Amino acid sequence: MLGYTIRRMAGAVPTLFLVIVVSFFMMRLAPGGPFDKERVAPPEIRANLERVYHLDEPLWRQFLRYLGDVAQGDFGPSFKYKDFSVTQLIWQGFPVSLQLGGAAIVLAAVLGIVLGALAALNQNRPLDVAVMAGAMTGIAIPNFVLAPLLTLVLGVYLSWLPVGGWGDGGLRQAFLPVVALALPQVAYVARLARGSMIEVLGSNYIRTARAKGLPEHLTVARHALKGALLPVVSYLGPATAAIITGSVVIEQIFGIPGIGRYFVQGALNRDYTLVMGTVIFYGALIILANLIVDLVYGLLDPKVRYD
Amino acid sequence: MAEARLETGDLLATRPAGRGLWADAWARLRRNRAAVGSAILLGAIALASIVGPEVAPHGYDAISWDQVGVAPDLAGGYYFGTDDNGRDMFARTLFAGRVSLTIGLAATLVSLAIGVAWGAAAGYLGGRVDAAMMRFVDILYAMPFLFFVILLMVYFGRDPLLMFVALGAVSWLDMARIVRGQTLSLKRREFIEAAVAAGTRRRAIITRHIVPNCLGPVIVYATLTVPQIILLESFLSFLGLGVQEPMTSWGVLISEGARQVETAWWQLIFPSLFLATTLFCLNFIGDGLRDALDPKDR
Repeated sequence: MLGYTIRRMAGAVPTLFLVIVVSFFMMRLAPGGPFDKERVAPPEIRANLERVYHLDEPLWRQFLRYLGDVAQGDFGPSFKYKDFSVTQLIWQGFPVSLQLGGAAIVLAAVLGIVLGALAALNQNRPLDVAVMAGAMTGIAIPNFVLAPLLTLVLGVYLSWLPVGGWGDGGLRQAFLPVVALALPQVAYVARLARGSMIEVLGSNYIRTARAKGLPEHLTVARHALKGALLPVVSYLGPATAAIITGSVVIEQIFGIPGIGRYFVQGALNRDYTLVMGTVIFYGALIILANLIVDLVYGLLDPKVRYD
Repeated sequence: MAEARLETGDLLATRPAGRGLWADAWARLRRNRAAVGSAILLGAIALASIVGPEVAPHGYDAISWDQVGVAPDLAGGYYFGTDDNGRDMFARTLFAGRVSLTIGLAATLVSLAIGVAWGAAAGYLGGRVDAAMMRFVDILYAMPFLFFVILLMVYFGRDPLLMFVALGAVSWLDMARIVRGQTLSLKRREFIEAAVAAGTRRRAIITRHIVPNCLGPVIVYATLTVPQIILLESFLSFLGLGVQEPMTSWGVLISEGARQVETAWWQLIFPSLFLATTLFCLNFIGDGLRDALDPKDR
């Protein structure tokens, strides 16, 4: 188990390294330097500026320097938010993004599994058809359409909920963004859970459980559900990536002060270091999520070997 | 299912010869009501996108300051209302469809080209080359791709050409895996052996024998790639990082509509409706094609 964990973690390193390499060299290949848009500075000042930011060094040395800084959690200064380092901005936004994304993941997993299991237990009956139709809708309607529509109905016409902002992340404020972020994933999880549940319900060990007279609810809760959860667990890695991507839009729509907003602002303002820092941070998060999912999957599925 | 088999039998009885894979698939597809309905609806949307902006009573970029934020009005020729610059939403929605559909198709072609070439080469060459090529795909798989597309747009400017090449270049991984899998099973077959024995060059075997025989799954997956790309494009455009004014796409319109959601619902509803319907249809058609063409199903 320990060896497996270490090997998995070692496998994540090249991926993260590649993320950093691609972001760094893509930025350096881009036309125009960071000081091109400032007033035309005399060559001496320009040279000074370049020395301060180490832009006069050869490219490979700059890259090693950046790599070393990133390894220590330093993404450099933001070009546009003066007096802030990218790391500061990221840590400012992260708690909010984590609450939003974490709540959405939990909601997606729980609601998706419950709906999928209910649909499977009522296969081809109205409930199943309704859940699957809902899931198809959830998959086809992207969250940047869903969020304004939900706001329109619940926030504007019915005035039940605030239409934007985050405040201290209370339930009323968080409800719309979390739901809008989670719903497409609820749809995916429900489809997956239904499929695997139907497969498991037809398997021999469920027939055995029923044959020995175990009540149906216990058969489902103790035996079927566990088997049906495995595909859902392995989907949580991609789901995390989707939630992170989705949160960029959701934070923008609802004006939530998370990382996603800094990312979009950085992208629109061409704040290179900020965009790079957030991409690397997101990359690390996604890789970490996949790693955790792999390890949890290994714990749940006895068929996974650690050699 | 029993009904379907019976019909297949009937068809066989009336036309004993010449029913190949494609005729078979076509017959199955035609019986799939969701897929046929989606194809018709999608065709209608595509046709409206091509013809609509030309015949609409108002141009998609014609600004009229006396018609700002008009609600849908059939008599005035503003079927879908107007936006905050007094531009006709009907013409704009259809014109946006032209842009979104074009980018979806073009980027899918890019991803198709890379994915098929990569997968067929890896599968046919096998051994260490295959291992290295697929390991590369695995590493790319774990990367936050959408963010790289955004980086590209940030660094190199928001050029539509660059955008669809970038979108295509990040969505070929699944295609490569599928084609490789097909190739692996194809290359053990007798007709490939025969081609090798006849002295056919490796490149010719891949392009003339392997690739045409992968076509079924490739078509299915390409159909499912189009909605993904349209979605990505809308996502980028929604954030202001994709298609730029005076061009427009569904993502741009939805983002403008979302900002006006409290005062002008029509600016959000119509583009959203078109986008969601298109995605729906493409998914149904893809599912229908998979049922019709999937070799596992025979």
